[in-house]
Amino acid sequence: MGSILEAMRGALSLIASGDATLAGIVLLSLKVSLSAVFFATLLALPLGAAIAVTRFPGRRALIVLLNALMGLPPVVVGLVVYLLLSRAGPLGPLGLLFTPPAMVVAQTILILPIIAALCRQAVEDAWIEYEEQLRSLGAEGMRAALTIVWDIRYSLLTAVLAGLGRACAEVGAVIIVGGNIDGVTRVMTTTIALETSKGDLPLALSLGIVLILLVLLLNAGAYFIKEAAQRRYG
Amino acid sequence: MILPLRLDQLAFAAGGREIIAPLTLELGDGASSVILGANGAGKSVLMRLMHGLLAPTSGRVAWSDADAQRVRRQQAMVFQRPVMLRRSALANVVYALEIAGIPAAERKTRAREALKEVGLHGLANRPARVLSGGEQQRLALARAWALHPEVLFLDEPTASLDPSATREIEAVIRAFDAGGTKIVMATHNLAQARRLGDEVLFLHRGRLVERTPVETFFRQPSSAEAAAFIKGELPWV
Repeated sequence: MGSILEAMRGALSLIASGDATLAGIVLLSLKVSLSAVFFATLLALPLGAAIAVTRFPGRRALIVLLNALMGLPPVVVGLVVYLLLSRAGPLGPLGLLFTPPAMVVAQTILILPIIAALCRQAVEDAWIEYEEQLRSLGAEGMRAALTIVWDIRYSLLTAVLAGLGRACAEVGAVIIVGGNIDGVTRVMTTTIALETSKGDLPLALSLGIVLILLVLLLNAGAYFIKEAAQRRYG
Repeated sequence: MILPLRLDQLAFAAGGREIIAPLTLELGDGASSVILGANGAGKSVLMRLMHGLLAPTSGRVAWSDADAQRVRRQQAMVFQRPVMLRRSALANVVYALEIAGIPAAERKTRAREALKEVGLHGLANRPARVLSGGEQQRLALARAWALHPEVLFLDEPTASLDPSATREIEAVIRAFDAGGTKIVMATHNLAQARRLGDEVLFLHRGRLVERTPVETFFRQPSSAEAAAFIKGELPWV
């Protein structure tokens, strides 16, 4: 118990001091995960919506696959991206391995299925309500899909937040493709893992606190945006 | 001109159950056609088949114009419960015009004219989903109005509205009629059929039992089913 309290005290004073290393790690984490969310959202929303409103052979199998990919293990994604980006890999010449962009790529792949699968479900539910009206107006296929995505955009925030949560929380993918290099690719989760094993509990714990607070803050912001929009647009 | 509309041995079944029995019919321009019948008679399904929202199980829906795009553009449908997008009333009409391929420069002007026509110009910037049921239905009519369709399908447009909202909707439907739009409306409200219709298509269990001018239909229906329906709906007559 004493060691927890001690670690907590250390953590709080570290956060209060505005430690530069700590700030750098937090900032890089945010940059990597928010970039991944941005790219994944850009790809996943049209993909999920398209699957929701079109009918084609193999659609069911694709939906099951997409849902299953929500549980993609981060270390496996990390490994695959590592193989692709390593010197001998097909994308090796890009020289991205052990850089933040590699981490963005890995996290994008990790959360894309989450956002796409949740978006697919949301759009499919909405499609029941909109289908006749949109088809009557002449909006079909991708056009109709994107209309619905835009119309339920505040509900889709939840899907995006699920992706963000996953990106912020995972260690496996970023540690493999980033390498946890001090000052270059060290993010909150990889630092927590490292410092805990080294025994520097105050730093690990303070990062843990910051991580939870940030996730809470982002979710609160999104929730209020959604509330306000619902009041305004019905 | 996409009219006349010819239905040729048109039939529709779902889950092994016949919903519309083979039906042959021609609808020309001019007279407003009211599709009457009890709940489950197939009114909505028939209109959706005509409008192209459902594909017939057998038979054909043939418009006099062979160009599918023109046929689509020349018809509009107003549903019992309108579905509005989460944007302003004006933007909802503009969206319909955009889908219909109207040049961007014209959309706003046309949309405003349409809102004025249905008496919603004061609410143009209000989010459509927070409008009342009657206002949303008028907005649905404005959305159709802006498209200047040759044919307007209406599926029980006032079924969930109060009398004053119903009057406003009926006034707009009359304006469509006066403007030369062919009205095809499903209803089970006999008074409304009488007020708005020129002819009645009476459906009974998926079969077109009779087609009669509206006055004759109420005075002297030619089928026993229609007589029973009128008696059931207006037992005091």
